[in-house]
Amino acid sequence: MEFRYLPMTEEDKQAMLASIGVKDSEELFSDIPSNVRLNRPMDLKKPANEVDLKKELAQLANKNANLKQYTSFLGAGVYDHFIPSVVDHVISRSEFYTAYTPYQPEISQGELQAIFEFQTMICELTGMDVANSSMYDGGTALAEAVNLSAAQTKRKKILVSTAVHPQYRMVIETYAKGPNLEIVYIDTKEGKTDVEQLKTALDEETASVVIQYPNFLGQLEPMEEVQQLLENQKKTMLITSSNPLALGYLTPPAAFGADIVVGDTQVFGIPAQFGGPHCGYFATTKKLMRKVPGRLVGQTTDEDGVRGFVLTLQAREQHIRRDKATSNICSNQALNALASAVAMSSIGKHGLKKMAALNMKKARYAMKKLEESGLSTVHNGAFFNEFIIQLDKPVAEINEQLLKKGIIGGYDLAKDYPDMNGHMLIAVTENRSMKEINQFVKELRDIHG
Amino acid sequence: MANRDFPLIFERSKTGRTGYSLPELDVPDIDLEAELPKSYIRTESPDLPEISELDLMRHYTALSNRNYGVDSGFYPLGSCTMKYNPKINEDVARMDGFSHIHPNQPESSVQGAMEMMYDLQTALSEITGMDEVSLQSAAGAQGEWTALMMIRAFHEANGDFHRTKVIVPDSAHGTNPASATVAGFESVTVKSNDKGLVDLEDLKRVVGSDTAALMLTNPNTLGLFETEIEAMAQIVHEAGGKLYYDGANLNAIMGYARPGDMGFDAVHLNLHKTFTGPHGGGGPGSGPVGVTEELKPFLPKPILEKRGAAYRFNHDLPQSIGRVKPYYGNFGIYLRAYTYIRTMGAEGLKKASEYAVINANYLMRQLQEEYDLPFDQHCKHEFVLSGRRQKRLGVRTLDIAKRLLDYGYHPPTIYFPLNVEEALMMEPTETEAKETLDGFIEAMKQIATEARDEPELVQEAPHETIVKRMDETTAARKPILRYEK
Repeated sequence: MEFRYLPMTEEDKQAMLASIGVKDSEELFSDIPSNVRLNRPMDLKKPANEVDLKKELAQLANKNANLKQYTSFLGAGVYDHFIPSVVDHVISRSEFYTAYTPYQPEISQGELQAIFEFQTMICELTGMDVANSSMYDGGTALAEAVNLSAAQTKRKKILVSTAVHPQYRMVIETYAKGPNLEIVYIDTKEGKTDVEQLKTALDEETASVVIQYPNFLGQLEPMEEVQQLLENQKKTMLITSSNPLALGYLTPPAAFGADIVVGDTQVFGIPAQFGGPHCGYFATTKKLMRKVPGRLVGQTTDEDGVRGFVLTLQAREQHIRRDKATSNICSNQALNALASAVAMSSIGKHGLKKMAALNMKKARYAMKKLEESGLSTVHNGAFFNEFIIQLDKPVAEINEQLLKKGIIGGYDLAKDYPDMNGHMLIAVTENRSMKEINQFVKELRDIHG
Repeated sequence: MANRDFPLIFERSKTGRTGYSLPELDVPDIDLEAELPKSYIRTESPDLPEISELDLMRHYTALSNRNYGVDSGFYPLGSCTMKYNPKINEDVARMDGFSHIHPNQPESSVQGAMEMMYDLQTALSEITGMDEVSLQSAAGAQGEWTALMMIRAFHEANGDFHRTKVIVPDSAHGTNPASATVAGFESVTVKSNDKGLVDLEDLKRVVGSDTAALMLTNPNTLGLFETEIEAMAQIVHEAGGKLYYDGANLNAIMGYARPGDMGFDAVHLNLHKTFTGPHGGGGPGSGPVGVTEELKPFLPKPILEKRGAAYRFNHDLPQSIGRVKPYYGNFGIYLRAYTYIRTMGAEGLKKASEYAVINANYLMRQLQEEYDLPFDQHCKHEFVLSGRRQKRLGVRTLDIAKRLLDYGYHPPTIYFPLNVEEALMMEPTETEAKETLDGFIEAMKQIATEARDEPELVQEAPHETIVKRMDETTAARKPILRYEK
């Protein structure tokens, strides 16, 4: 059997074994005790050639309903947005994607500068002072923010709105077990975090308040009221999880006093790809700069005074500080951060505002059409590009029907919110045309009866 | 911006230029300012660049030319397994039916994706000898933490709340003790002996009724197989602790030995090392976790199951540690690993390990004349040299690494592991041809000669790169972490 990734010929092998001073390669494995040796071939599928394997995997791919062929109104944290063609062309350059972490700055200026630019863009969007080079995803970024707030304030109680992405909340719960944090949930009222309940729960033990803005139910949280509440508990940190595209139009969390802002840049140039890899971002204040998890790129100069970039403040990180590190994160999502940076550069300052506005306008059109067709929407507060409608049948059932019509329906909220049976969370992005929206309304109307 | 400075994308920006082409507003226009309370409307737009498409491409193409990947040249970074990233993998990951599917679609509409994931976890179970695999963890460090959380949950389910310590060898990756901390444990170090292996006597000394787990890489970071692995497993298991396998170095032993057969209770794998996921300049990775039957109830949720011909995610796992990541992990990386495993099969994977080990031993033997070899025995996929001989001449390991840049190579991992003075840790991988290794050997020998004859040439390196050594001290003292006009 030939293997195209293995260049060693029999002649090479014999020459190398002779130079090592062994008779055969078995001698090099003789230190593995016989008791733990595998004495049979591994039971795996036979090696496949490039032609057959590509065919087989294309068939497997074709078993999935993809967002290019189906019209999607599904969001809930992962969105079908415009991805400029330049993005894939840039990230397909193998000088980027086959590179390791840029620990050798002299031959990694490309990656380092691209990430420095990414950090700058995240600061611009969120209004924060500092952003890191990326986290695994929005969920783990939020969990790390929570743990940081506890370490920083030396407090254990975390107030989390139930309008935070349900899966992000589950990740917070898992991460909170390490430092033994107490997670207290704050309910919603009319789709927004209940400020009265938050006020009652907030005390001197509260490390942080966790809010999603815009929230999981689509609504814009009462940020000014939350900010005012926290005026009375100055040590308590405000953590927000924000869709960065929404921040192209909406007031950034920094303006409402956020201490840490996290989220996912999937909306910028990253395909849904069944939930990952996406790209978490983590932004904070100057004060917390030396507590940030993960890698940071900083600007400096070389011996000749030429501007350049390096990984910096590494004394926070696991490879230096080991068990005292601010996080265990090592690999991050660098290539996806690059994809997002390219997308943000392409869309640009004016394009971003336009793109955010398209989402808001098309979502409002869809909402109006659904209401006109007799379906009821649930909340009437301000929103970005997602809203909820209430149906008489289980959403899962309706979605199976929609699928047959070439439509991927909205998110079934009953999965996470027991009192939301028949509630469908609908996302409308700039990619949806008026025709597609009208078709969706018609099909939904027909199925719903 | 000085003359020789390479421009930032913000410095190429000019008001009025456009790089995008968005869909039209085809629905009736509305006044958003009337729709939203004023406090929600941003007063100043984020200052993103404004650049034409060609200038954008030139910017990033120029940046890529200021970068170095495996496709650029030899990358013998120890413990990083910088092997070739096959191109078919990239094509498969970009198929619409894989890249453009939403994690919350009805399961009936993503059976192909789930089938691939199921096949991959089955293959990884076989390769590692573990009973069950969860793909969910995003990277190696998250895999470590996930497994430790499971071990913690296991002990707690047995009413055992006093196992607060995780034992970590002094040669371990920094993520091991860091993950232990994040999981709520205290880490305790076990020493290496003069053969570079875990000191059994010291292990017996540190192990006890408070031991939750021992974290071990095998072969270890010196590239040496821990020959006493069975005795170690017995010591830890008898004390009631669990054995955790850091899969960073699995590339040495595929088809030869399996962590499951060595007595490990939990393992993590780095799909972006052994299984050719590209490193991407620092990520994304993927760190699946494999466990024994005993730890299975604690796997992160959901787990992927096959019922008849259908695949489903099971969320109903009362003893699960919970979610470690939204959705199902870094699916795009699974596709690359799966394509690689299917390309190689059992025979190819075993050959990969065999050749990785031959390449490493060949390189080690060729270099040991000029550089100190602290542990003179056959290695596995990597080995560690010491630059202490050169240090006496005033040339440090860092200088050697920088001089390698002038010769067109990515340097090895340096100053790690911590138990070797002036360490140079090299892992050539199986995808490098003998000629490439010979060229590198020649360069390393040349540098050793330079260190003797003209040390300043090495001390002042690099000379040929686009920038010289960076002032890292100022970068850390006065951090500039973003561009400002």
